[in-house]
Amino acid sequence: MSTHEITITVNGKEHKRTVDSRLHLADFLRQELSLTGTHIGCEHGVCGACTVLVDGASARSCLMLAVQADGRRVETIESVAAPDGALHPIQAALSRHHGLQCGYCTPGVVMTLLELQRECGDTPMTEAEIRRALSGNLCRCTGYQGMVEAALDVLPRAAAGERTKA
Amino acid sequence: MKPSAFTYHAPRTLTEALTLVATLDNARVLAGGQSLMPMMNYRVVQPEHLIDLGRIPELAFVEDTADGLKVGAMTTQRTIERSDVVQKRCPLLIDALFHVGHQQTRNRGTIGGSICHLDPSAELPVTACALDAVLTAASNNGRRKITFADFPAGYLTTSLEPDEILVQIDFGKWPERAGSAFEEYAVRPADFAIVSIATVIALDEGDIVTDARIAAGGIAPVPTRLTNVETMLKGKRVSSALIERAATAAATLPAEGDDMNPAEYRQELAGHLTQRALTKALQRVRASADT
Repeated sequence: MSTHEITITVNGKEHKRTVDSRLHLADFLRQELSLTGTHIGCEHGVCGACTVLVDGASARSCLMLAVQADGRRVETIESVAAPDGALHPIQAALSRHHGLQCGYCTPGVVMTLLELQRECGDTPMTEAEIRRALSGNLCRCTGYQGMVEAALDVLPRAAAGERTKA
Repeated sequence: MKPSAFTYHAPRTLTEALTLVATLDNARVLAGGQSLMPMMNYRVVQPEHLIDLGRIPELAFVEDTADGLKVGAMTTQRTIERSDVVQKRCPLLIDALFHVGHQQTRNRGTIGGSICHLDPSAELPVTACALDAVLTAASNNGRRKITFADFPAGYLTTSLEPDEILVQIDFGKWPERAGSAFEEYAVRPADFAIVSIATVIALDEGDIVTDARIAAGGIAPVPTRLTNVETMLKGKRVSSALIERAATAAATLPAEGDDMNPAEYRQELAGHLTQRALTKALQRVRASADT
């Protein structure tokens, strides 16, 4: 067993902590920083509930050790809505299109779509591309139709008629 | 599920990492962690020491050389799939990566990690097998090259020595007038493949097959080259009938199955996927010859 002093910037704020080597990033966020919006589902990299952005790139926080995030910039679901509580357009669209029910998978879904939105820029996204992006986030209640419709609503659209079916 | 206790090491240079693997007992090397971390969370693997290669910049690179594409073992799958050099010099890798995990795992998962984990359903080892990739293993005693055919020692097991680390993968020169394709069948997209086929074919101007490589995943504990099928194709004029015969041959090769997916089912998949992959590869040769 080893312990490590680490500094991680989470949602713009720097945090210094001493952690056990085996503490994974999801537990670090939840237990050390009380950021419980990042959910833990399977804890072996299958469900995507714990998805966060590390230096802007989505990652399963249950498959990354807190010590591996030393010196890195982490974004969690807590950073997505505006400070006054106004929902991010992705969150608002998920709500509008019934893209969530129990909400357990939602933080991971939002972080995945946030990365997709940043990466695509102005490039139109097809339904197939959105479904592929969401393939790493398991939802067991609403299914994906509402999520896909929300994403199509928010992301740049292909011109009418160009949208492809998955 | 939490991993059992271990001591974490984050070497900053390859030399430092090699000294650690040579001196520590019950140590595991951590690449992207997308397979090892789940195994540690499950406690299937309980190393006393974890040596993280993630802070060694010299192990992550994509290099276009006169001898072909060379990739550093710690290059992430995401970096490779977005690389223009890879698209130009080794497009089969891009096709294979389309099927690998999810973006959240490809952002961290590495090519070297996947090849060393050697999961029989993983796409990158099958690709390395098809391309006769040459792997460079480093230790404190120097470096040695291992051709992919000699790399697997068995299920999830490589022929790397305990004091060695995979540092580089050479994919060789891409043949002239060639097309490639990677086809697989999985129950859900991005799930583990039941069978996968990687292929490259090259034709001369008279449509005679000058080179044919076909590798399969999922029919044996390690990736398998379909050498008999390759021989059937080489030197022949390409046609849909020839592809049909190759697919029939692929479907009769020995396969190992399990309760969920018996051998006969995997053989049938191997046949269909070989046909699909060869047909797509052929279309790509024609498309590139037209431009």
